[in-house]
Amino acid sequence: MTRKKLVVIGAGMASGRALEHLFDADPDGWDVTLFNAEPRGNYNRIMLSPVLSGEKSYGEIVIHDDDWYADHRVTCRFGERVLAVDRAARTVTGETGTVAYDKLLIATGSNPFMIPLPGHDLDGVIAYRDLEDTNRMIDAAATPGARAVVIGGGLLGLEAAAGLRLRGMEVTVVHLMGHLMDRQLDEAAGYLLRKDLEGRGIDVRVSANSKEILGENGKVKALVLEDGTELPCDLLVMAVGIRPNTALAAEAGLAVGRGIHVDDQMITSDEHILSVGECIEHDGAVFGLVAPLYDQAKVAAATLTGTEAAFKPRELSTKLKVTGCDLFSSGDFAEGDGREDIVYRDPARGVYKRLVIEADRLIGAVMYGDTADSNWFFGLIQSGEDISAMRETLIFGPAYQGGPDADPLSAVAALPRDAEICGCNGICKGTITDAIAGGATDLGAVRAQTKASASCGTCTGLVEQLLQVTLGEDFEVPTAQPICGCCDLSHEDVRRLIKGRELKSQEAVWQELGWKTRNGCHVCRPAVNFYLLADWPLEYRDDPQSRFVNERKHANIQKDGTFSVVPRMWGGITSAAELRAIADAAEKYNVPTVKVTGGQRIDLLGVRGEDLPAIWDDLGKAGLVSGHAYSKGLRTVKTCVGTDHCRFGTQDSTGLGIKLEQILWGSWTPHKVKLAVSGCPRNCAEATCKDVGIVCVDSGYQVGVGGAAGMDVKETERLVDVATEAEAIEWTTAFIQLYRENARYLDRPYKWIAKVGLDWVKETLASADERARLVEAFELSQSIYRKDPWAEHAKQAERYQPLADLTLEAAE
Amino acid sequence: MSWTDICAIDDIPLRGARKLKTAQGCIAVFRTAENEVFATSNTCPHKGGPLSDGIVHGQSVTCPLHNWVFDLETGQAHGEAGSIATYPLRVEEGRVLIDTSGLTGRTAA
Repeated sequence: MTRKKLVVIGAGMASGRALEHLFDADPDGWDVTLFNAEPRGNYNRIMLSPVLSGEKSYGEIVIHDDDWYADHRVTCRFGERVLAVDRAARTVTGETGTVAYDKLLIATGSNPFMIPLPGHDLDGVIAYRDLEDTNRMIDAAATPGARAVVIGGGLLGLEAAAGLRLRGMEVTVVHLMGHLMDRQLDEAAGYLLRKDLEGRGIDVRVSANSKEILGENGKVKALVLEDGTELPCDLLVMAVGIRPNTALAAEAGLAVGRGIHVDDQMITSDEHILSVGECIEHDGAVFGLVAPLYDQAKVAAATLTGTEAAFKPRELSTKLKVTGCDLFSSGDFAEGDGREDIVYRDPARGVYKRLVIEADRLIGAVMYGDTADSNWFFGLIQSGEDISAMRETLIFGPAYQGGPDADPLSAVAALPRDAEICGCNGICKGTITDAIAGGATDLGAVRAQTKASASCGTCTGLVEQLLQVTLGEDFEVPTAQPICGCCDLSHEDVRRLIKGRELKSQEAVWQELGWKTRNGCHVCRPAVNFYLLADWPLEYRDDPQSRFVNERKHANIQKDGTFSVVPRMWGGITSAAELRAIADAAEKYNVPTVKVTGGQRIDLLGVRGEDLPAIWDDLGKAGLVSGHAYSKGLRTVKTCVGTDHCRFGTQDSTGLGIKLEQILWGSWTPHKVKLAVSGCPRNCAEATCKDVGIVCVDSGYQVGVGGAAGMDVKETERLVDVATEAEAIEWTTAFIQLYRENARYLDRPYKWIAKVGLDWVKETLASADERARLVEAFELSQSIYRKDPWAEHAKQAERYQPLADLTLEAAE
Repeated sequence: MSWTDICAIDDIPLRGARKLKTAQGCIAVFRTAENEVFATSNTCPHKGGPLSDGIVHGQSVTCPLHNWVFDLETGQAHGEAGSIATYPLRVEEGRVLIDTSGLTGRTAA
């Protein structure tokens, strides 16, 4: 049998993979001649970034070495350009001669796009495309103090920037759009990425338009931006995109659009010529990521061997190969009618996750900082299955879905041995499980032995799942920072799950969220108690046994075991009758210290625990109620005298303070909350260092939030300016409720705002509907908690007494 | 042994504690979620915090002053070198009894 003659133009990853499939299916059917303009064979181009950063060497990224080509009798014509294709004669002419073909495979790949800026042809202006470019970058970085500018904040540009930075260069990234990787990431993830890169010392300029490149003696010297900024550099890397390389095909008269036109079988307009890779155009689309190229390669090999196969584009996902920047993006995440977002943020950990849902299907996902579940989400996007049943907990990933079919481990377990896990290195499941069985019991060992997940890292989650399936409980997947040792969940996860899974009791939380202790500890139980009462005000009631002593006893414990008693003085206003009652109580209960507090009220210090109910009862008879000076709740609303007496006052600050205090008192919050209202910008009530501080002005009310004057001193930031008192009250109440619904237990408002961002708070509260909802939710909760706890506890005086006094019995 | 009736079990809140005065100082009497009762010294060996005011979780209590955690059964502090005295308790028909033989300092003297 005579062998058929196959000529391949281009020895890249697509044609290389096609040859592998071809030799697998038909080992003896073909004589192959392989042209390549680069003076080498097939290597893993997507791993040039680790070569640039120094994490890998060229030798490690070679896919096909000389032996491989020899074994498969491939005639290699590397470093040789193809001059012409004669379709009528079915020959290919290279620089050293002509060769005939039965079938021709064109895989000429793509060319980097160079912006035709003035100076783009200067020495030192390069693309980032092949090993030559990479070596030039490595050489440039070898000069101490050398500076680089990278134009293009996409995948390739950022990998180049990170690699150059790792090699010690001063690097600036210039990106035309408003945020990095704008085609793969939304703004929020782009922002986190930028912060991460800036943290590595990379200067990032977004919304920056390049104007011209300056040179000196034919060598690049600086990049000038549209706004006149001059960025000096010794190396300028353009990474702004690729263009299919169609020149040869067009000259040969093949149908060419943006790329070489091919059908589902990878056949061009000439039935004897196939094409794969970045040079093709299929159904209007061109390709730049490796996964569809490998699919094309498989189809092309099948077509060559007469097997039926059709190329179908599939959903793609992206990961950035910059060590330490964990991001994932897949599908469509543009906002639009009928689309809903589920967003999860943990600013402290730099984690952002966003899912886009349309018609009960997951259509897009962007994740930053924690991409452990990305493969599962990617699977949901690809399968297009109905997710409505798990919508509430979807963002927590597969671990919270319950039910056997949603278990990603069973899906991984069900994969056949020859299922490909690592696309970069072509590693299938069997190879990985064999390595695990042979003693590779963690990710690092699997990587070292099999290369699986060692390149772009996209399949890391799958490899971890294989470790889990194979090793069972011996393998632990790394997780987020839990609340305490009692559980594996973060505060944010617990809050979300309490809402999403409608957990309405402590027992439900312990049970459903897998608490490892019987009923928590002093760290987690007060937090869970608060989350439950904040989310389910009617179904769940505050549990005193899950409160610290001060809140359980409604008084502040002092270092000698006595307590302090602070009755409420609304807005700091009191009366002769109230003062008389306080004076009487101080005498009656031998209170050693009476002090005026910073919150405009009076503190009785040194009250014995046993006397608390009685003193409360006495104070209550004069109309005094608890000042909650002990609680994670509303403390005081400090005021100045405003228009009532002050010649500068612009509004009735005292009146507004009293109204606010009467609305907010008794509410539980994640941490204490202090307010103040000043009647004019002289700010005598010191409103600008309170959790909420209102400053009255002629035109109305300036509402500021997030102030503090404790361990940290912080000035408030303006939430809103409003014209009327009613609006000031509405915004304040809505803000407090938003804080109650979202903050982590023991975060003061300023800490919470630092995590979610004031912009988010403003945006949320800007909606009148949302403010109305928040005010209503707050009122619902206050229908339970807006009452005086002292009056209730005064009725249970026996609980404050010792059980028994055995000293008396002993004396008898 | 000399058992003295000190209270009904329901006088102590679930996952809570009450204080008992004795000639040897105050004793904390705890009741867990599982209705077990324990008696220990009320005084934390660290800075004297009143343990009966602490949060009771599992078979442990956390001191309200500086969060030392004690095992109610053994009196041993978790992760700290320190312990508190424990005293024998008994529950009979809903009443809690304590052995006073070691507590009545004055009769022993």
